[in-house]
Amino acid sequence: MRGRVWRLAVFLFVLGFTLNLVGIVSHVVVSSLAKRWFATPLPGAFTTEWYAYSWREFQLADVLTVTATVAVTVTALALLLGFPAAYVLARRGFPAKNAVLLLYFLPLLIPQMTYGIPLATSLYRYRIGGTIAGVILANLVPMLPLAIFVLLPFVEQISESLEWAARVHGAGRWQVFRRVVLPLALPGLLTAGLLVLVNTVANFELSFLLSGAGSQTLVVALYYAVFAAGMRPIYSVDAMAVIYMVIVLLMLVAALRFVRPTQMVFRLGGK
Amino acid sequence: MKRGGPLLLVLPSVVYLLVMFVYPFAYGVFLSLHPAKGAAGASLANYLAFFGDPWQLRTIAVTASIAVPNTIVTVVLALTVAYAMRRGIWAERTITALLVLPIALGTVLVAEGINGFYGPKGWLNQGLQAAGFGDPPRLTHNYTGVMIALFVQHFPFCFLMLLGYISGIDPALEASARVLGARPWVVFRRVMWPLIAPGAAIAFALVFVMNFGVFPSAVLVGQPAGATRTIAIAAYQQAFEHYDMSMASAIAVVMGLCQLLGLAIVVGLRGRLAGTGVATVGAGKR
Repeated sequence: MRGRVWRLAVFLFVLGFTLNLVGIVSHVVVSSLAKRWFATPLPGAFTTEWYAYSWREFQLADVLTVTATVAVTVTALALLLGFPAAYVLARRGFPAKNAVLLLYFLPLLIPQMTYGIPLATSLYRYRIGGTIAGVILANLVPMLPLAIFVLLPFVEQISESLEWAARVHGAGRWQVFRRVVLPLALPGLLTAGLLVLVNTVANFELSFLLSGAGSQTLVVALYYAVFAAGMRPIYSVDAMAVIYMVIVLLMLVAALRFVRPTQMVFRLGGK
Repeated sequence: MKRGGPLLLVLPSVVYLLVMFVYPFAYGVFLSLHPAKGAAGASLANYLAFFGDPWQLRTIAVTASIAVPNTIVTVVLALTVAYAMRRGIWAERTITALLVLPIALGTVLVAEGINGFYGPKGWLNQGLQAAGFGDPPRLTHNYTGVMIALFVQHFPFCFLMLLGYISGIDPALEASARVLGARPWVVFRRVMWPLIAPGAAIAFALVFVMNFGVFPSAVLVGQPAGATRTIAIAAYQQAFEHYDMSMASAIAVVMGLCQLLGLAIVVGLRGRLAGTGVATVGAGKR
């Protein structure tokens, strides 16, 4: 009896939380489609004109170009620098391995606001702050470790004997990498790439601290639009929010084909 | 591979993090000790100014008053639900995928959604009014708003983390306890909790640290000029409104130290929470 009440309570809580999520998301969607909406369950009339308005007024074409540039560059760099590191970490021990692991862990553990302010200060000092390059360099700080830790188990799964076999048969080091390791690591690279991509697009703090007038990513532009609520109709802000949401959701759906949802957060107790 | 081989491959990423992560941190600490105005040489003037100014000092209390209760509620509820779901549930993949949503969408979108849904004209208040509750309380642009935003953001994070951890515990341990006649509560208290405690401590520490650095939610759903002026807002204002990078770095250092203090308390409590020295075999997902 007590067990059943308990399970019902847990179920009701999960239901409530889910409903609250659905409410939060769909309120934004409905609002973006409303002609006017004021204290009624649904707006009286619907329109799609806020999307055109939002696209124009918030210069979304430029913002999306910046966002795509930042996300793709960060992903490419994170994989390029991260894969060799993950390969070595998976394959062998070396003297300072624990110190290196700690160095990779810290940017993921320390909140971005804490290290973002000194990082922004240094980058502005060298006049990199406020540029697209600054946003890319700053975002790479947490994304590089993320890529490494996602890649690590994938590389561990590649049997080392395959590499030895290739070497024995006369393959050079580059050939082993190109013909054996890389194809086998492809699922890992895809997973890591997608996770870095979606995280970069959704990453707020570092992009916010480092972006200037021409280097705002979509989520930063959205922040300024919400922050300056009242400057523009709320429906147009919500239209922008929906555009952002659709982009993130598409990438999320793609990512969830490869990873379990629990892998989207830290793996506790693992490596 | 030759001796230097492995190091050569790790080197680029290590150098990158040294230059972009360790150096800025060191530079920030250095800068915080060298105030913009005043005599040359190191001084604690920034820190003294921060702790001497009630308006700035208050941000620590404000941030703690948000972070501490929120972390406790988040971890306790996430732990409860994750424990109840430890052997899988109906439509688990759908539910967990749904829970990932706020993590993937990020703080800014969640904040905007909360402003709409929980706002004075939102569906929740409309529903409450229709149900005859009269004048519902204000839920956004105040302390409550920030609490809701942080909970919506961090509950799924904490839940998924703990679910992965708890479902990695060997079910045979629990089964043996049951066979030997332990009731559900005793199974939890004497068998499962000692195994879960290390994971719960890490989850608590992570959520606390994230909560303590709250920025976008505190601005967008809170009252950034008053009740929810958190320490991150204070640091941001010094850096980008007063252009006093030295003072901003000092506040960032204070924020980091507070987070460190929180971690130290969790680590200190962990030993006690875990209770007796029960073996912690088989915990965690490998």
